[in-house]
Amino acid sequence: MTFGQLPYDVAHLLGGGMLLISFVLLYQRRVGAVINALALQGVLLACAAAWQGHVQSAPQLYLTALIALGAKAVLIPLALRTLLRRLDLHRTVETALGVGPSLVAGVALVALAILVVLPITAGNRAIAREDLALALSVVLLGMLMMITRRNAILQVVGLMTLENGLILAAVGVAGMPLVVELSTAALVMVLLVVGGVFVFQIRERFDTVDIGFLERHRGESG
Amino acid sequence: MQTFGAVLTQVLHIALMLAAAPAVVGVVRWLKARMLGRRGASPLQPFRDLDKLLRKQPVLAENASVVSEAAPYAAFAASLVAIALVPSFARGMAFAPLADLILLAGLLALARMALALAGMDVGTAFGGLGAAREMSFAAFAEPALLLSVLTLAILAGTTNLDLIGATFREGALGLRVSLGLAAMAMLAVAIAENARIPVDNPATHLELTMVHEAMLLESSGRHLALWEYGAALRLTLWLSLLAAVFLPFGTAPAGSGPLAWVPGLLAWGLKMGALCLALAGFESAIAKMRVFRVPEFLGAALLLALLAAALLFVSTGLA
Amino acid sequence: MLTALTLCLGLLVLLAAAAVALGRSPRAGAIVHGGCLVASLGFAAVALAALLGAPAEPLTLPFGPPWAAARIGLDGLSAWFLLLLGLTGGAASLFALGHPPGPARTLPPFPLFLAGMALTLAATDAFLLLFGFELMSLASWALVAADHEKAENRAAARLYLGFAVLAAACLIPAFGLLAGHAGALDFAAMRAAPPEGWQAAAVLALGLAGAGAKAGLVPLHVWLPLAHPAAPSHVSALMSGAMTKVALYVLARLLLDLCGAAQPSWWGVPLLVVGAVSAVLGALRANLEDDAKTLLACSTIENVGLIVLGLGLALAFRGADLGPLATLAAGAALLHALNHGVFKTGLFLVAGAVLHSAGSRRLDRLGGLIHAMPVTAGAALVGACAAASLPPLSGFAGEWLLLQSVLAGWRVSDIAFQVLAAAAAALAAMAAALAAAAMLRMFGLVFLGRPRTPRGAGAHEVSAIERAALLLPAGLTVLFGLFPGLLLSLAAPALTVLTGRPAELPPGLWLTAGEGASGYAPLAVFLLLAAVLVAVFFLVRRRSPAATQRGPVWNCGFIDPPSHLLPFGDPLTQPTAGGIAQPLRRMLGESLLAAHEAVDMPRPGETRAATHRAGFRDPAFALLLAPAAALRERLSIQAERLRDFTIRRCLSLSFATLVGLLALLAWIEAR
Repeated sequence: MTFGQLPYDVAHLLGGGMLLISFVLLYQRRVGAVINALALQGVLLACAAAWQGHVQSAPQLYLTALIALGAKAVLIPLALRTLLRRLDLHRTVETALGVGPSLVAGVALVALAILVVLPITAGNRAIAREDLALALSVVLLGMLMMITRRNAILQVVGLMTLENGLILAAVGVAGMPLVVELSTAALVMVLLVVGGVFVFQIRERFDTVDIGFLERHRGESG
Repeated sequence: MQTFGAVLTQVLHIALMLAAAPAVVGVVRWLKARMLGRRGASPLQPFRDLDKLLRKQPVLAENASVVSEAAPYAAFAASLVAIALVPSFARGMAFAPLADLILLAGLLALARMALALAGMDVGTAFGGLGAAREMSFAAFAEPALLLSVLTLAILAGTTNLDLIGATFREGALGLRVSLGLAAMAMLAVAIAENARIPVDNPATHLELTMVHEAMLLESSGRHLALWEYGAALRLTLWLSLLAAVFLPFGTAPAGSGPLAWVPGLLAWGLKMGALCLALAGFESAIAKMRVFRVPEFLGAALLLALLAAALLFVSTGLA
Repeated sequence: MLTALTLCLGLLVLLAAAAVALGRSPRAGAIVHGGCLVASLGFAAVALAALLGAPAEPLTLPFGPPWAAARIGLDGLSAWFLLLLGLTGGAASLFALGHPPGPARTLPPFPLFLAGMALTLAATDAFLLLFGFELMSLASWALVAADHEKAENRAAARLYLGFAVLAAACLIPAFGLLAGHAGALDFAAMRAAPPEGWQAAAVLALGLAGAGAKAGLVPLHVWLPLAHPAAPSHVSALMSGAMTKVALYVLARLLLDLCGAAQPSWWGVPLLVVGAVSAVLGALRANLEDDAKTLLACSTIENVGLIVLGLGLALAFRGADLGPLATLAAGAALLHALNHGVFKTGLFLVAGAVLHSAGSRRLDRLGGLIHAMPVTAGAALVGACAAASLPPLSGFAGEWLLLQSVLAGWRVSDIAFQVLAAAAAALAAMAAALAAAAMLRMFGLVFLGRPRTPRGAGAHEVSAIERAALLLPAGLTVLFGLFPGLLLSLAAPALTVLTGRPAELPPGLWLTAGEGASGYAPLAVFLLLAAVLVAVFFLVRRRSPAATQRGPVWNCGFIDPPSHLLPFGDPLTQPTAGGIAQPLRRMLGESLLAAHEAVDMPRPGETRAATHRAGFRDPAFALLLAPAAALRERLSIQAERLRDFTIRRCLSLSFATLVGLLALLAWIEAR
């Protein structure tokens, strides 16, 4: 299967689209837009999974697609938005590394992914090789996002991108067992993290006690 | 017959471009107005404006030099020659061997230089500010454009626009991630080069943000008409270019006769309509960005184009 | 033919002697520069004859070093650069002829400078080449130091001398390695025995450093923006237009010709990287400089970088057995070298005319000169547009070929090189756009707008001879831009030398690339532009026949100062050099050139003026000169310690040296 054949082309295009959205995630400066892009990536992942289900005639992949669509494109973005609104968090992205340098680092990571994957998978079919390179790039960009962004929500977004990349890799390989189980497990993990962040943010907002605040009020009693 | 058809389509193409350019600007404005809930001026309004301006006598500053008088003509001529090279409804036109993408970039740079020179001619603060910003943006837009051209050149083996269109039309390349990335980069360059939102706002004279309009503050009458007409030509050129490279379907061979040209014309109209709609939608949905964020925007385009080329190196290495 | 070349060289040497003899005589300038003009035209004629006809047999001179008689000869490569030297030397001499005479001490070195460059080009052995190269360096040093009353010129000359020594210290071992391997000093023997292994790598490194230091490649470029402006303008023109090209000739001769055609593909990579980085940094610096001549010198760094980029690509393609592409890249480098030499000469002469007429080189003290100096402004506009690589002028033709060859870089089937070539393509395009910005800034601030000082308002057009000297490069720029195909076929012998294979150039006026699939026809583009221009002009004027009206300039709300003080209005309302540079300083300068700016606002109630300060620091200074200065400091401290030695220790030192040398000799004899 090489270029010019529809099954390969569409899979490649969807993978490339996910990679492009990973770059959009790095480029965006507003949290709302980041969440929208994340939802779009979820949609693309669902499409990729469904397409692979169609190509490989593997009906279980449709289930993966459905999970991806439901959870990643709709539920989690909605939850994140709620979080954002309810807690009145910062709407701008706080970066540890500037947008420009993180984009450059992203391109370097993609190059790294390509250089790593291609020699290892030599002898495999082209579809597996290039899609694997794309998926690994998405994973690496997710990690990059987690380490270069300060906001907890953005770190969750990075984690989800990472997980999207893993699932993209999993659905791309024909005959991979336990794809559905894998995606479900990953989903549960992400949900746990989202829940954790929720709890953490709420606690930070309502329950924590600012020690510096106390220090100032110690006064002459101490 | 072949030669005759090539020359005839070339002449028709230039006439079409001259006629369509103000209409494209008008349609985009009208679509934007509708999307924002206004009624908007008629799409034909730019024709009336141009006609009005063309009849008016220009007023120049006392110390304006011959540059102010000559620059509008030079920029317009460069834009018109450039647009004559970009195929619209037919392929294989008389100038097709000249239609090189690097030359196209050079002609657009010529138009830009003329505009910037006119902006600096009188020595007012706004002209200099606009000229400096315009040239600075070009320093980021040109590499992004060249890397997109690199992707096309690798796939088609040439930088000739007509041959690139022919290669892509045959469809042997399939859908490629690289092409998609290159298209994104080229879109970003097109937005910057045409001074559209989010890089510049064509509808404002707010000094903190304006680039293109700042250079035109001193021009009036027929000079202003030429500047505006030239800008319209360049917008049409970029949309046509995107259509010719990434949607090369439906063009008629030049020698095939008028009956085959009609579907070509319809296809071109459809493509342009779709691109205008997309442009208007994009402009309505997005806000103008700060001047010093523009390099980031174009730098992202540059990196995408580099990525497109790198992915292509990988796949040519595979094949 | 070579006899004519020898005669021209002899004439130059005689002129140098005559200049000393004539001393301060009022006719001295006219005689020397007139003679230089004749000799330069002779060079150009000889070079043309050599390029058109068959290469002549080398001519043995009746004198030379003791081991062999000096032989001069011209092959395609040297003839091409000699043509460039003749054209730029002719324009510079003509300009000097019409210019009011400078100090008498500038006269003797000038013919020697020309002779040194010609000798470097005509040499057929390493000794003569290095002799000419050093003659060129020393003569130009004398010219840089000519105006030594100013402290900054003295500093520039010192720095220049330091880098000239560095160039010699790298080039002599490089040629020595080749000669040692071949067993003879002449080029034919060196070519027959190409170096291998570490020797080849050492020749590459030394040649790149030596020729690069003279050509102004990053990071060895720090002297160039200081030294080129310090010399008189016609000398700066020659230094930027011709001398850097002679250094590139040495680079091409050494790496592409003498090292043989069998060198591997990676040889091109250092040249590619250094060239691309020089191009961008040079163009960016040109956007930040406030002095017209320094700006032009920085633009020279950019163009030298582009040429070296082309040479590097030619090396890489040749190593990968891609002969036609190697020809394309080498052709781009040669064409751009000639074009840049011509238009940069014109621009430096324009800067000289402006300096003489308006009394300053600083952009912030000029303005509006297009009214007082229309011919100069026209020549400057042609040069600036060529430097901005706009079609259909000559700069674009070279740039087009160069971009085409960079775009073909992916055909070398090594993914690292492919990515590198893509990055180089982006950098080359960025350099071209930055150069356009720099040229707009220069032309706009010097010639457009209103005068910024009373001295600038009193400017007048230069003399007829000077105008002719300005129009010569401008005319050649247009001509070379319209017929690049003919020029390239003229360069075919030089291409054969560079690529080691007969150059198959498609005949005709076009430039073509990619097996003829891409083409650039400047003549057609020019005719189209002219036709459209005329048609549009007449159509528009028929619709609106009224003449242009004039009105007072709108000054953004500022009130004009009293007209007896500043008849041209308030200069503060005009954009300044720093203001025009601001976008690029913030976008690129802060990260690449450590640019900074600060606004000092007085507090409310204070009466002093607010100030805005902006500047940059070239990182090469910190990276290169600071360690060098520290090293010199340490060495001098060590040397100082020698002075405290007792006589016994001094003697033992010389004794140890003697014994060491004898031991070395014994070791060499034993091998």
